Amino acid sequence: MVIYGVALLAGCMLVGLWAGDVLGMLLGVESNVGGVGIAMLMLIFLGGYLMDKKKMPASTESGITFWNGMYIPIVVAMAASQNVAAAIDGGMIALLASLLAVVASFALVPCLNRLGRAKSETPQPKKDKPTALKQDARQRKSASSPVSARARHAR
Amino acid sequence: MIESFVTQLEKQHLIAAFALVGGAMYLSYLISDKLTHGRVHGSAIAIMVGLALAYFGGIHTGGSKGLADISLFAGLGLMGGGMLRDLAIIATAYGVRFQEIREAGISGIIALFLGVIVSFIAGVAVAYAFGYRDPVSLTTIGAGTVTYIVGPIAGASIGAPSDIIALSIAAGLFKSILVMILTPMAARHIGLDNPRSAMIFGGLMGTTSGVAAGLAATDPKLVPYGAMTATFYTGLGALLAPSVLYIAVRAVF
Repeated sequence: MVIYGVALLAGCMLVGLWAGDVLGMLLGVESNVGGVGIAMLMLIFLGGYLMDKKKMPASTESGITFWNGMYIPIVVAMAASQNVAAAIDGGMIALLASLLAVVASFALVPCLNRLGRAKSETPQPKKDKPTALKQDARQRKSASSPVSARARHAR
Repeated sequence: MIESFVTQLEKQHLIAAFALVGGAMYLSYLISDKLTHGRVHGSAIAIMVGLALAYFGGIHTGGSKGLADISLFAGLGLMGGGMLRDLAIIATAYGVRFQEIREAGISGIIALFLGVIVSFIAGVAVAYAFGYRDPVSLTTIGAGTVTYIVGPIAGASIGAPSDIIALSIAAGLFKSILVMILTPMAARHIGLDNPRSAMIFGGLMGTTSGVAAGLAATDPKLVPYGAMTATFYTGLGALLAPSVLYIAVRAVF
């Protein structure tokens, strides 16, 4: 039944957010620490377990995939209810501070990406071009993951 | 006749929001297809349309919830609010393989710490350049650059004046808006095309709404990975900013 999927999703969210609140309290922070992340991990494990046990018929799954599909429209509604006017009122300091932070963080993505990869992967024999080598390594790595394969296809 | 229709829209506000967003998405995808030949993703256009509408809503009503402050569009606030947003983000995790998350685990944690510290330093540096010298103001603006939730938390706990707190919130809002707009443009240049880099990206950026919308406009398949690490960012920022980072700022200035 569709509601079973929705209820599983809702249960994960409630327990995850509660755990995030408790974690925040334990750390002495006035904020939820990773509640949504904990809920996502719970859904990955519970969903995977139920799928293995063949306890996830298509109708139950559709209760989760519906909300998955509603994600982008919800994000659009979220964008439309942001306090954009206040941000623009904040003026140059606010804009420059955030622009600098965002650009610096963007620049760090490839650095960190290389850092972890260099450690975790065994060195491979050199081929014609270093870029081709990297592409090749990625390709091989993503052969097992349909997600990134699809991501590349979209590009 | 028209009046009673408007009354219905106000009464069934959430349903009206579904219809409105559906229409806006249809137009955005049409624009993406016909005017840009698919080069700019439809959801990226839809998000920018949303932000533009939020701006006009904000200056029209003087409220804090963008277009949702106009009673006709109040449902947008519920639809795009924290509750349904978190439910939809969690739903994206269904079907993700834990293997992929574990592989990026350590890099994700490093990204979280580095992301908070880099954003904080950027905020402090710009505030310093604009003439702020006292550690409380510098820390609060730096914390706001982390996310707009961390700014007020840090500001309140170290006793910052309300105009500085407002400025820190503005910095955080700009950050999430910039991440929404710039992510799809930068994605190709920073290798943001696999779960691993999406997790690092989420940890570095941290703003859940920015990461969620930015990745949605880049590649919806990457959303769960980025969102997973990003949700730990605000908590970490709220932990570090009023304590370790404030002490560091006081030691330097």
